[in-house]
Amino acid sequence: MAGQIVILGNGISGVTCARHIRKIDDQVKIIIVSGETEHFFSRTALMYIYMGHMKYEHTKPYADDFWSKNRIALKFGWVDKVDFANRHLNFDNGEKLAYDKLILATGSKPNYFGWPGQDLKGVQGLYSLQDLELMEKRSPKISHAVIVGGGLIGVEMAEMFSTRQIPVTFLVREKHFWANVLPPEESKLVGRHIKEHHIDLRFSTELSEIIDNGKGEVKAVKTSSGELIPCEFVGLTAGVRPNIDFLRDSELKTNRGIVVNRKFETNMPHVYAIGDCVEFTEAPGPDRKIVEQVWYTGRMHGETLAYNLTHEKQVDYKPGIWFNSAKFFDIEYQTYGFLPSAWTHDKWSFYWEDKEGKIALRLLFDEAGRILAVNAFGWRMRHAFFDKAIKEGWPADKVLEKLGEASFNPEFYDSYHREVLKSYNKEKGKAVKLPKKSMFQKLFG
Amino acid sequence: MNILQKIGVLLTLIGLLFFTIIPFLGSYKLDEETTIKNTKEIHTEAMVEVLQPMFGKLYTSNLSFISSFKDHFNSYNEELKANQEWDKVIWDDYTFTLTKAASMGPVNDSPLLYLMASIGLTVIGGLFYILPLYRGKPSGIKNDGIFFSSMMARGWLGMLTGSYLILFYIILYWFPEYLTNLVLMVDPLSQALSGGPASQWFLYGFIYSLAIVVMGLRMFRKYKGNKYQMIRTSSVMFFQLSFAFLLPEILVLLNKPWHDFKNIWPLDYSFFYEYRIEGMLNSGALGMFMLIFGILLIVIGVPLFTYLYGKRWYCSWVCGCGGLAETLGDPYRQLSDKSLKSWQIERYLIHGVLVFAVVMTALTIVNYFMSFELLGQATEQIHSIYGFAIGSIFAGVVGTGFYPFMGNRVWCRFGCPLAAYLGMVQRFKSRFRITTNGGQCISCGNCSTYCEMGIDVRWYAQRGQNIVRSSCVGCGVCSAVCPRGVLKLENGKEEGRINDMPIIIGNDSVKAKV
Repeated sequence: MAGQIVILGNGISGVTCARHIRKIDDQVKIIIVSGETEHFFSRTALMYIYMGHMKYEHTKPYADDFWSKNRIALKFGWVDKVDFANRHLNFDNGEKLAYDKLILATGSKPNYFGWPGQDLKGVQGLYSLQDLELMEKRSPKISHAVIVGGGLIGVEMAEMFSTRQIPVTFLVREKHFWANVLPPEESKLVGRHIKEHHIDLRFSTELSEIIDNGKGEVKAVKTSSGELIPCEFVGLTAGVRPNIDFLRDSELKTNRGIVVNRKFETNMPHVYAIGDCVEFTEAPGPDRKIVEQVWYTGRMHGETLAYNLTHEKQVDYKPGIWFNSAKFFDIEYQTYGFLPSAWTHDKWSFYWEDKEGKIALRLLFDEAGRILAVNAFGWRMRHAFFDKAIKEGWPADKVLEKLGEASFNPEFYDSYHREVLKSYNKEKGKAVKLPKKSMFQKLFG
Repeated sequence: MNILQKIGVLLTLIGLLFFTIIPFLGSYKLDEETTIKNTKEIHTEAMVEVLQPMFGKLYTSNLSFISSFKDHFNSYNEELKANQEWDKVIWDDYTFTLTKAASMGPVNDSPLLYLMASIGLTVIGGLFYILPLYRGKPSGIKNDGIFFSSMMARGWLGMLTGSYLILFYIILYWFPEYLTNLVLMVDPLSQALSGGPASQWFLYGFIYSLAIVVMGLRMFRKYKGNKYQMIRTSSVMFFQLSFAFLLPEILVLLNKPWHDFKNIWPLDYSFFYEYRIEGMLNSGALGMFMLIFGILLIVIGVPLFTYLYGKRWYCSWVCGCGGLAETLGDPYRQLSDKSLKSWQIERYLIHGVLVFAVVMTALTIVNYFMSFELLGQATEQIHSIYGFAIGSIFAGVVGTGFYPFMGNRVWCRFGCPLAAYLGMVQRFKSRFRITTNGGQCISCGNCSTYCEMGIDVRWYAQRGQNIVRSSCVGCGVCSAVCPRGVLKLENGKEEGRINDMPIIIGNDSVKAKV
């Protein structure tokens, strides 16, 4: 490939794409542009910097000399406009950077829904390193924090504050936690655990107004029930949206995100887009959304586009079995396959929860009893196992029988699969038995 | 920190203060009888003559006593050396023994009181601090604030702790005569266990074991809910207390050589030294068992167990150095260097030490069987170089003293020849690996940060590749701190253990080789 490829954004999508191009093409010039940080860091680890588990350096997946070794140039600066006609980027300091191919991987930014007072000091989301720095700077002044929006970033923020002994009120619009994603049982389990960490969790409560203290800083919030909650910090964590405002008034076709086809091509020649900032013209698979804002999908976008840019034969983006993971304070969550918060009558599920209500497993099956998806809480599951089981549509009994193999918990952990099997047999009137383990297997694994 | 914990910190500080000043208490007086009693028969006459001027004189501090002792003793030896009367030179070092014997301070009168005021208070204070930790909190990862901590993130407290440890090791190894009061404190305990007086090594073993037990209890608090860590910590506590501390003393009580059955050559570098072999050969059936068991461990135990379980069976479950690193050293695990450079240095250094140990031992054995015709006493020179540079400086001063500077596994990672041997087996012929869970890694970096061996675990995890590294001691902390359940230590089929060209699960458009 001739010319230079410029990648705007050094997150997981852009960096993955750059690495995979370089693996195949030794020659092409690659420049990654970012104004956020000089080097790629793991955005998902921002919370750990605040909590003192790591420093910023530790969140960098590659050593600083990795980039020069792989001849990937890094350009540190903010781009405020793309000149598509003349094929160059304009930086906010007046610099220009020409491209032959442009890959937009600009990520997303927190949703602001036009709440009164949302621009006050002390009101912010948490997405970038700059957001984290702002939060750090604000922290000494916070005696009470309010978090708005019951999603993954909200619960991270609650955990962050709890490590600094800052009391948190957590406003959630839904009746249960993350209720648009999790079925009620799982949702309640997470809710209980959040409360166990002394978070004042309020369901069915919305933010109606953020109140100024007269100096341009937040003094309190008013909720949908009319309650005033005094606070010095408001975390807006009601989801994210594609970070494309600087591209809005250009020839580039955008809607919610930058509009691309299954090959990540935009309407402009030689311009591609990947990651959080992308909106597909059609969903990339059944049960898939047209805007995917997950670390893993960003990575796959990068891999796929890199392939197309380095190969004659072009492929469509075709994600496999859906998977995701998160951690709610101390409870890990993994999901494989698409498991919605509610399902139609042609599907059925089996749910098991341990006595203490901290470990749970849900399996979703179709009418014929073939496995569709799984939710696991406090129980690590083998990705390869469920990827295969779901792809091959294993019958329910087979999945239950082999559950021991699926477990990815550390050695010596209690094995729950016996209990799960007992409960399954009882509930569904079955008689599935565990496969016998040989003495050798018991001793040596 | 609650009030109990604050009291605990205070008690520990008071205990440490006592521990630091006790060596300087009391006065010293030497007489002829004591000198005769504490010197070898061939030296008695000379020693009495040399030390004559000191007899009956009261020294008000150990500093003045030791300095006077050295003056007399050295001038005697220097004169002989100058006259080349080598056979008359006294090569034995009596400084420690005679200083201990000459001590007549309050510690002599009530050793247990001073033991309680120093080590006792430190331990009790430690327990006061440790036992209430995370009480009432749900189990989970407890790494909050580690990088804000002066103690755990190379702040002044860490520097101070490291310096104190380094100083303690230097005095222990090369100037033990200044520690005689501390040794006197544990004399009654030593008498009770082995029937003999305590040496500085008994004191050291005692402190070492206490450190593993007390900080082991801390591990139970910190990693509650993680059974792997609980069982592993119980294991190192057990092996330290029984095999390393109590059993050898009981052997001495039974007139057998001091022997730590779980210490394996080449970590136990003196195993094939003449005096050890003679000691074992002269101790009847038990001695023979020591010798055979020791050799079987080297040729069968290490490869077999490492094949089945990886080197963790030893390094993080049994070994004493590992035991201290995993307990006392746990607060410092995040300080290990993860750079490629340090990995390169590590490989040269640790294999260099292994070669040194093997060559030295080979020469020693050959020399022994040739009735010392090959090298004469030259092997002893090599022994003392190894003992000084590797045994004392590397394993001791650096190994433990550097915890707060370079993490808790400096010795195990860069120096231990046994770890090098175990590592080769683990890398090339073992069922052990850390499995990476498909595509779930988010590259957060917790695994790499908390790897005490400085392995960049994330490098493998984010490519979906299993971790098969010779240095991995299998502590299991990378798996514990992973927020997304990506890592699992396991033993399994060798097939597919090493996947150099992994494919991350989840993307059906391309089979992206990473």
